[in-house]
Amino acid sequence: MLAYIIRRIGQSILVLFVVGLVAFSMFRFVGDPVDNMLGQERTQADVERLREQLGLDQPFVVQYYKFLEQAVQGNFGLSYRQGRPVAEILLERAPATLELAFVSGLLALAGGIGLGIYTAIRRRGISANAIMTLSLVGVSLPTFLIGILLIYLFSVELGWLPSFGRGEVVDLGWWTTGFLTVSGLKALILPAITLGLYQMTLIMRLVRTEMLEVLRMDYIRFARARGIREKSVNFRHALKNTLVPVITITGLQLGSIIAFAIITETVFQWPGVGLLFINAIQFVDIPVMAAYLMLISVMFVGINLIVDMLYFAIDPRLRVDRTAGGH
Amino acid sequence: MSTPVLSVRDLVVEIPTRHGILRPVDHVSYDIHAGEILGVVGESGAGKSMTGNAVIGLLDPPARITVGQILLSGEPVHALKGEKLRRLRGKRMAMIFQDPLTSLNPLLTVGEQLEETILEHMNVSQAEARRRAVAQLEEVGIPAAEARIGSYPHEFSGGMRQRVVIALALCAEPELVIADEPTTALDVSVQAQIIALLKRLCRERGVAVMLVTHDMGVIAEAADRVAVMYAGRLAELGPVREVLTRAHHPYTAGLMASTPLASQGRKRLVQIPGAMPRLGNLPQGCAFHPRCDRAQDVCRRDPGPTLDAYRGRAACWFPLNTEEKAAT
Repeated sequence: MLAYIIRRIGQSILVLFVVGLVAFSMFRFVGDPVDNMLGQERTQADVERLREQLGLDQPFVVQYYKFLEQAVQGNFGLSYRQGRPVAEILLERAPATLELAFVSGLLALAGGIGLGIYTAIRRRGISANAIMTLSLVGVSLPTFLIGILLIYLFSVELGWLPSFGRGEVVDLGWWTTGFLTVSGLKALILPAITLGLYQMTLIMRLVRTEMLEVLRMDYIRFARARGIREKSVNFRHALKNTLVPVITITGLQLGSIIAFAIITETVFQWPGVGLLFINAIQFVDIPVMAAYLMLISVMFVGINLIVDMLYFAIDPRLRVDRTAGGH
Repeated sequence: MSTPVLSVRDLVVEIPTRHGILRPVDHVSYDIHAGEILGVVGESGAGKSMTGNAVIGLLDPPARITVGQILLSGEPVHALKGEKLRRLRGKRMAMIFQDPLTSLNPLLTVGEQLEETILEHMNVSQAEARRRAVAQLEEVGIPAAEARIGSYPHEFSGGMRQRVVIALALCAEPELVIADEPTTALDVSVQAQIIALLKRLCRERGVAVMLVTHDMGVIAEAADRVAVMYAGRLAELGPVREVLTRAHHPYTAGLMASTPLASQGRKRLVQIPGAMPRLGNLPQGCAFHPRCDRAQDVCRRDPGPTLDAYRGRAACWFPLNTEEKAAT
């Protein structure tokens, strides 16, 4: 088990390394940061000097090496645009994104698993079929469109909820939270739904499919033949068996909630890291882009690792030492 | 005679389909008494498992009972639904499935599954349920039951798993056990052990057992009486020795002739010509007549005398091996 974890962490580091390499090789195609930084009035000498100063005259492999060297020491450099340390900027923006992702993730998980079970058990019911049909909307409509539709309905037409921003936030020193004010909570609702809806419908459809599959298994039949209560059959016997594939997908989906927050944050002008990244791309702010991409990959790799650990917790068959043969 | 534990009376199971109504079980009647093993034998699709599922109320919709009665110790149970049916299952009638690899929940320990079933049906404490679970495992021949009760199903071998399945079926002390091909998925050597176990439990506890199988060897080994099914109908019903040695129905005779016996040496096995007709495509008259060398006009017109639980042995117009009776 421990050996497995260590091996996985080793693999994770390799993945991060490759992600960074690919990212760096692509930054040069995004544009030239020097253009933005020097403005219209500039000489060729200015450009050369700045390039050299930023290390942009070197091949990307060298740039990447320097970035790594600094990054392992926790130093992600200075933002080209703001002139402040990238780590500081990211930390400042992270609470907004994490709170949004947390609420959306919760919504997606609770709603997805709950509705998935419901539609599987009441497979032939009218409401279950209605939910399934509606879920097609969630799967097929693009996120930004859902966001815009929600803004149109609840902000413009009904005027119930704010259409942009984070509302009032409370500063806890190292963390700013919108959970503690009414306007902060109200501001969370629309972006959280926008961000979580796709994941929710995806999880719901997945749980439903898996659940239907499991409900056909012999051990479910046998449990019924032994007179086990429906509730116990559904939740104790069936649900647990659907969890392994569900956790795999759900874990990745939760990762992408944070990664794809970019779109939602843009639509709702949410002051999180996604919006920061979009602005960084426009300005070709390489240190910010690099740090953001590394952050997202660390998150994905971390979630994957947790998911693998969860398999062990759920499925006893995996706990057997592989050398024992596993019969 | 005392009331049979299970009485199936004139049972018809139908499946409505787009191409008309299929009848996988067609006017079947039999009894099983306490301490008796009734073997139900037939080819795949003959309706033997469907009969078992109908008895325990586990027919998959749209299959449903349309005619007939199922009596459990004299009480009609075929019309029970929902909660009332659930209370009977496990408590008064239980089922053993074919594949022990898939009939146990892989994520729950053997003990959890046993205790859950005991707690569901018996008014006992958690500790008592556990004690009974261990005792039950010991009874079905699991060594070191106390230590193994916390094991997961995958930690048992196939034969041991089937023992666990039997323990699960019997743990709430049902009157009737339906064993649906309980040995088909097992090694031959393990098969004999499981059959011996079923026989022992049946005798000791006075459980009525319905043993569904396609294996004539298993029937010969375990059953007291045998019901031969063909295309949803009961072809022959009688004490196992008589049916196996002096079959009345030509189909039973054909089955016996096509069963390899070590004593017969290396003779070529006899085959029954043709195949069992599909349910949607049954011939008129006796379903077996296209394959039967004794078939006459009446067989093509009329399905033959219906077997009920009391009268008759073979549903055949021209039964075999009945000379001495015919003479009297």
